[in-house]
Amino acid sequence: MNSEAILPQTTPAAAMIRTLGLLSAICGLIIVAAYQLTYDAVQENKRIAVERAVFKVIPAAKSIVEYSALPTGDVEIIGAGGATPPGALKFYAGYDEAGRLAGIAAEGAAKGYADTVRILFAYDLATSSIPAFSVVAMRETPGIGDKILVDKDFLASFPLEAKLSADLKALANAIVTVKHGSKTKPWEVDAISGATITSRAVGKAINDAAQALLPRVAPNLDKLKEKS
Amino acid sequence: MHESAANIFINALLANNFVLAMFLGLCPFLGVSGKLETAFPMGVATTFVMLVASLCAFGLNLLLTAFQLEFLRLISYIVIIASSVQLVEMVLKKYSPALFRALGIYLPLITTNCAVLGVALFQTAREYDFVQSMAFSFGGGAGFTLALVLMASVRERLQLSDVPSVAQGTALSLMLAGILSLAFMGFAGIGG
Amino acid sequence: MSQQAGKMSARNWDELMEGIWRQNPVFVMVLGMCPVLAVTVSGVNALSMGLATAFVLVCSCGLVSLLRKLIPKEVRIATYIVIIATFVTVVDYVIQAVSLALYDALGAFIQLIVVNCIILGRAEAHASKNPPMAAMTNALGMGVGFTIGLLALGTVREILGAGSLFGVSLFGADFQPWVIMVLPPGGFFVLGTWLLFFAALERRKQRKLAEATQNA
Repeated sequence: MNSEAILPQTTPAAAMIRTLGLLSAICGLIIVAAYQLTYDAVQENKRIAVERAVFKVIPAAKSIVEYSALPTGDVEIIGAGGATPPGALKFYAGYDEAGRLAGIAAEGAAKGYADTVRILFAYDLATSSIPAFSVVAMRETPGIGDKILVDKDFLASFPLEAKLSADLKALANAIVTVKHGSKTKPWEVDAISGATITSRAVGKAINDAAQALLPRVAPNLDKLKEKS
Repeated sequence: MHESAANIFINALLANNFVLAMFLGLCPFLGVSGKLETAFPMGVATTFVMLVASLCAFGLNLLLTAFQLEFLRLISYIVIIASSVQLVEMVLKKYSPALFRALGIYLPLITTNCAVLGVALFQTAREYDFVQSMAFSFGGGAGFTLALVLMASVRERLQLSDVPSVAQGTALSLMLAGILSLAFMGFAGIGG
Repeated sequence: MSQQAGKMSARNWDELMEGIWRQNPVFVMVLGMCPVLAVTVSGVNALSMGLATAFVLVCSCGLVSLLRKLIPKEVRIATYIVIIATFVTVVDYVIQAVSLALYDALGAFIQLIVVNCIILGRAEAHASKNPPMAAMTNALGMGVGFTIGLLALGTVREILGAGSLFGVSLFGADFQPWVIMVLPPGGFFVLGTWLLFFAALERRKQRKLAEATQNA
């Protein structure tokens, strides 16, 4: 072996550190700049999207207040740009022009055919029912899964009965999706024939979210009735 | 979401197979699936990197959320992945040099495998907890390996068939992949 | 002076065309496949993904080229990846600010632009060895070529699978869409068919060339 073989030129450590430091600074600056510059626009977009979705499921609502339902059973308003405390569930209270509660809305999610199906459902405290839902995000098969938006029998399942059990700890009857044409109870969702998986996802999403949220909301009716 | 780990695993393996349904990991899928003896080790190596990446991403995400540094998520994930691949390379070189040589250039290419970064991103987006994340990445890796092995087996056989020269190469692989993808659609709903 | 300018613009044009035709990332190099198949379920998605990737390509190659004399070769790949990830993060926020609906539609694939082999390949093969202007022009050509490839798939899949083009319904309400086209298998089949088409074209060109030389 030729011990005088030419070694490949390695970059001195100082130069490497200097370059990597410079690079991190440049990249960090670019990212933070982009984040700051787009922050307001992104928040506004999110707010508009939420508003549109809530107004769709609570037609009588004219304004929205974001609440979080704490594990302690209390509810408190989430301030602008605030975050949901850990363990709390977020929901929206919709108020009409007179400031009276028109209904509350909350998000639910469940696995559909392709990916998660995220929905927003409304809850009417006066009648203890779920009158409507809308899709927030889904990636279901066009022409099959997206029938949940238009199928008459499916939509006729609503309003769903969502009464609380005697101990107010859960729903009296779990919301469940049943085979097309076999709906007998007011808390059952009639699945779309040929789109069972997506139909079931909607039922599960509503059930999971309602079971967790409604027991926390029901005792706070007085707090929510008037817009604070 | 309250999906069980078993459901997540089966889903990632079959119904939402990373390659055939989610389109992740296509470059190595089309590139390495020519021979069965390289396809399987590639799949295993990728699965291992996916597990490591998933673990690190879970931890990283907790850290970033705690300090409200979410905008650094992408950069930190990719750096972790690149490091994991380096680690795997060093380990393989030391303990299994034959395998290291067999995989050749494809080993460092695992860094740019969408499946690895995809695992980290999806588990964050779906807010999986630790066990769910592990099941997801293991299922995803296993699904990737499954698709790779299936593809390699069929392609080896096809080399002995009379394929019109126009269709040979990538076009044929894609058609094959389409048929495999069609077949896997039959697994829909298997994960509950 | 004008001759030099003419030569420069000819070279620039050449750089551009290389990415669009001769080395088209989708049809010739078959790189960056993941977003190509996943996102091309509609023309709008395809176009947006193409533009986002082109933006990241041009900016990353530009920055890599600017810093090419400073980046130590031992860590060059890691450096390129960090630069690319930076611009992908930028694009991520920009798309969120422009349209949340588009952001939801493209999903995780925006962030997956980071591992798009095309960008890393260009940075390594070209941008690290050429001045910024040339690097960015070449990157732009690749980006345009990629967008064309995406559009070729997106439009076909949208027309067949949803009966519309860029959201405009083409065949009226009675059209029975070929749904498989907007599902994963359809993506594979459409791309495979395009590649078959180009291979057939190439073969015909070779045959004509062979005939011409024979007759000459």
